[in-house]
Amino acid sequence: MSQPDVLNQAFELGFTYTRSTGPVIGRFFTELRNRNIVGIKASDGRVVVPPMEYDPDTAEELSEFVEVGQQGEIVSFAWVKEPREAHPMDVPFAWAMIKLDGADVPMVHCIAAANESAVATGARVQVVWADETIGYITDIRCFELL
Amino acid sequence: MSEEQEVVTVVKSPIYLKYNFTAGAAPARFLAQLKKGKLTGQRRAEPGAPVYSPPRGSCPASGRPTEQEVELSDKATVQSFTIVYIPIPGNAIEPPFVVANLVADGANISFIHLMSECDNADVHIGQRVQAIWKPEEEWDYSMDNIRYFKPIDEPDVPVEKIGKLSVTGQED
Repeated sequence: MSQPDVLNQAFELGFTYTRSTGPVIGRFFTELRNRNIVGIKASDGRVVVPPMEYDPDTAEELSEFVEVGQQGEIVSFAWVKEPREAHPMDVPFAWAMIKLDGADVPMVHCIAAANESAVATGARVQVVWADETIGYITDIRCFELL
Repeated sequence: MSEEQEVVTVVKSPIYLKYNFTAGAAPARFLAQLKKGKLTGQRRAEPGAPVYSPPRGSCPASGRPTEQEVELSDKATVQSFTIVYIPIPGNAIEPPFVVANLVADGANISFIHLMSECDNADVHIGQRVQAIWKPEEEWDYSMDNIRYFKPIDEPDVPVEKIGKLSVTGQED
């Protein structure tokens, strides 16, 4: 059998999901749309951001929302030298665990910074809101260093 | 919380997987033959070896290469089928439509294709069908050269013989 030339084809497979948020994440996103960040109080008094539906220790349903600050502290970070298409920024940036003022656990988000050496554990950061908020995590465009 | 706007209950979170598919030697050969309007399979060069279509280049049972090409008929038998009622994003076909596992005469495993020009309620296992091809000038390296399969006026194939017909179909 003689073989033809190599056959190569670009494919795109799309899963066009719409997901239900549930009441707790729904509230979180609704607050983001209003440029507020809320967490939820767990049974041991810790404020968890983003809010979770059930207590991590007792599994009880949680409902006490707490507004937290729009500034916080970098707990840890990873510098992304070559952003990929799915990343929130098209220039080098940091993924970071950020503990917002009033929160007891950090949440992950991105930090805009000129270069890696500008970012440090313990550094203070502040929310940069998207021009238009829609009720999604990307309403926080990024955090910037203070 | 502002009451002016509705509470968020859903978010859109699509996932897109972008990749290049490179056909290996056996699928490339299969596609090259399709471009000429021929359905083919491959088997180990042994008497009675099963014919796989589309071929992947090796026999899944023995792991050995399927070096012999076999030309198949464009007549086939319905091995199983499903009626699709839910529209698929990006798919131009209007539901309800029939997707079937079909075994071409001369092959021993099924491939998936559309059935049309049929009453969906009449589609059944063992039903005989034949390929409706696109015009020859539109043929490409694609299974889409066959628009769909259409029922033909031939007796049903008994379940135990589905996937075991020779290239001449029910004649033997």
